[in-house]
Amino acid sequence: MSATAPARISPGHVTDPPDAAPRRRLRSRWWLPYVLLVPAVVFELLVHLIPMVTGIWISLVKLTQQYLRNWSEAPFLGLGNYRVSLDVHGAVGRALLQSFLITCAFTVLVVGIAWIAGMAAAVALQRKFPGRGLFRTLFLVPYAIPIYAGIIAWKFMLQKDTGALNHLLFDNLGLPGEKPFWLIGGNAFWSLVIVAIWRLWPFAFLMLMAGMQSVPEDLYEASAVDGAKPFRQWRSITVPMLRPVNVVLVLVMFLWTFNDFNTPFVLFGKTAQPPAGDLISFHIYNASFLTFNFGYGSAMSVLLLLFLLVVTVAYLLFVNRRSQRA
Amino acid sequence: MEAKNKAIAAATAVAALSMVLAGCAGGGGTAADNGTGKTTITYWASNQGTSLDNDKQVLTPILQEFTKQTGITVDLEVIGWNDLQTRIQTAVTSGQGPDVVNIGNTWGAAFQSTGAFAQFDGKNASAIGGLDRFVKTALDAGGAPGKTPTSVPLYGLAYGLYYNKAMFAAAQLQPPTTWDELVTDAKKLTHGDQWGLTLAAGSYTENIHFAFLTSAQNGGEFYDASGKPTFDTPENVAGIKRYLDLMQLHKAANPADAQYDNASSSAADLASGKAAMFLSQNNADSTLKADGMKPGDWGVVPLPAPGDAKAQISTFPAGINISVFDYTKHLPQALEFVKYMTSPDVQAKLAVPYSVLPVLGSADAKFTTDADEAKVFMDAYQNRSKPLPQVASEGDFESTIGKGISGLFAQIATGKTVTDADISAMLDNAQQQVEAAG
Repeated sequence: MSATAPARISPGHVTDPPDAAPRRRLRSRWWLPYVLLVPAVVFELLVHLIPMVTGIWISLVKLTQQYLRNWSEAPFLGLGNYRVSLDVHGAVGRALLQSFLITCAFTVLVVGIAWIAGMAAAVALQRKFPGRGLFRTLFLVPYAIPIYAGIIAWKFMLQKDTGALNHLLFDNLGLPGEKPFWLIGGNAFWSLVIVAIWRLWPFAFLMLMAGMQSVPEDLYEASAVDGAKPFRQWRSITVPMLRPVNVVLVLVMFLWTFNDFNTPFVLFGKTAQPPAGDLISFHIYNASFLTFNFGYGSAMSVLLLLFLLVVTVAYLLFVNRRSQRA
Repeated sequence: MEAKNKAIAAATAVAALSMVLAGCAGGGGTAADNGTGKTTITYWASNQGTSLDNDKQVLTPILQEFTKQTGITVDLEVIGWNDLQTRIQTAVTSGQGPDVVNIGNTWGAAFQSTGAFAQFDGKNASAIGGLDRFVKTALDAGGAPGKTPTSVPLYGLAYGLYYNKAMFAAAQLQPPTTWDELVTDAKKLTHGDQWGLTLAAGSYTENIHFAFLTSAQNGGEFYDASGKPTFDTPENVAGIKRYLDLMQLHKAANPADAQYDNASSSAADLASGKAAMFLSQNNADSTLKADGMKPGDWGVVPLPAPGDAKAQISTFPAGINISVFDYTKHLPQALEFVKYMTSPDVQAKLAVPYSVLPVLGSADAKFTTDADEAKVFMDAYQNRSKPLPQVASEGDFESTIGKGISGLFAQIATGKTVTDADISAMLDNAQQQVEAAG
């Protein structure tokens, strides 16, 4: 600091620079920034680091109902919980793998369709027209409704005998055959996907719509002069200009969807989730709180964390490399 | 400037400190002196009435009477069954929570193993008026054999077969006394929108209970004498198959029952005439009344067993127990409260609104005015019952097999066929999970 601050010399006589005294005071209080950082560091430790380290430690011990009262007495298992969780020939590992695969399929479908729907709506509402504000508000409704209220309404609609969906399809539209179950059996997966898309797509719409505000109108006008049709404009102007938004949007939607707990929890109830709707967060919750085996629950959580970390890092490396090349 | 910095630093430090302290002081609903010199204890009651509010209405005058008699105030919280076990576990883990708590008696052995509850040994036992007051079946059901109890019976419950008298009369049928008659009657009563039986087939707790009872009738066991799980046995498979076949083979239960995740949906079907029979514990009386039935509209017979049953088991001694957390700072007051809640007077007062069986040896069944119904449940509870496995992994046993059966019902409801091999695979899978949990 001192080396980069040469004393200013005024013509005729040498004086102390006018701000020298405050600088000395500042130098003598070098510790102040660190002190001001302390609360943030303490809370970061309390909120993030300590729970994470505790979680990792729990994953290494046999923390069952019997040892809940005194965690320190729980026998140390080393990587035992991980071995059981990853052993796909055993019941626990097989169930975890199945839950993982279901979650992967669920995430790809939900993120993909929610993004397409969000993009379509954002493009449709990009140009001014009467009633645009109304549509914008309407599209954001699923995002504004409290999660529980929204999903519980779906739960009512998806009931077999009394639900609105079967009533519409079979009683009103006269579809032939038996009314299907939507919340048990294989259809439960599709119900979960539809409800999750319903919840998520307004977020994609909101983000993309905000991103489109920054695309200059001139570009579209210039390209129109060159003869570009709307699809070409979307492909060559809208998508490339939205790239920074999309990089973050897809990542955030992926992480939220992969970790989705609320949708299966509210849709199927705490204890009655069908195997087809066994998302991984809910699976881990059940391992921890239904059978009170927190060692497995934590081992599965750590594995999930590692997987999400690897995917996130790979994704960011991939998009950064592409942007450098571009 | 310097003064301003100091002020900011000081304010930050104070804010940080106060937040940390607030965090440390959080929770802790344990007994406290409320400043008036009187002691307050906290009581978590389970949901026994028709709603949480109904429970508050029933219990408040009882607790006020206790305060009047002893000067001890009771801070009541009623907790639903879906949350109760998790809430108790949290209290066990953190050492913060209520002083006195209701537990499902099937959780008794597991909670006993945590060591978080006061033991009802010599001194504590006499403080609550002695253990010999209780029906032995009820007391034994709440903990591992040979260990000092950490909970005592509060309300007794037993399973029975409820039937809609008007529907049976219309079909000119007598209530079944064997499993074969149950199936025959159920099939005769199934036509149009009406079903012979309603099952809470999506409820893992109901499913495991009937798996246990049908297996017990077959002479099956889910644990051997040393406490090791033996889930996948021919008796257990046959018992579960018999239960599933009510929907699958005999088509006497609505496939939509696979979505019923609690017994109150089934009770509603019985009350509305959608189904003629319903397997339930005796507290269904209060639900049926709330659903519009009058006493006398329904009858109860013991859960029928097959003609060649190895044992005439129709229930396990179900019920609610009451425990005291050992971290309580007001043990004498908490014990006094347990004594009060299990006193003949309070038991008699609570028997009717909660439709429960007496847990005191000296008491008569007062939950119903129907003498036949009272006799059926009392006989089942005292003479035709077998306790659920009293092992620390009982919770895992219930959840893994119970959920497995919910899954099998879902398969049947969606048109798939469940075979003995499927049941065997489910039991094997459940056993592996229980063993892995150790």
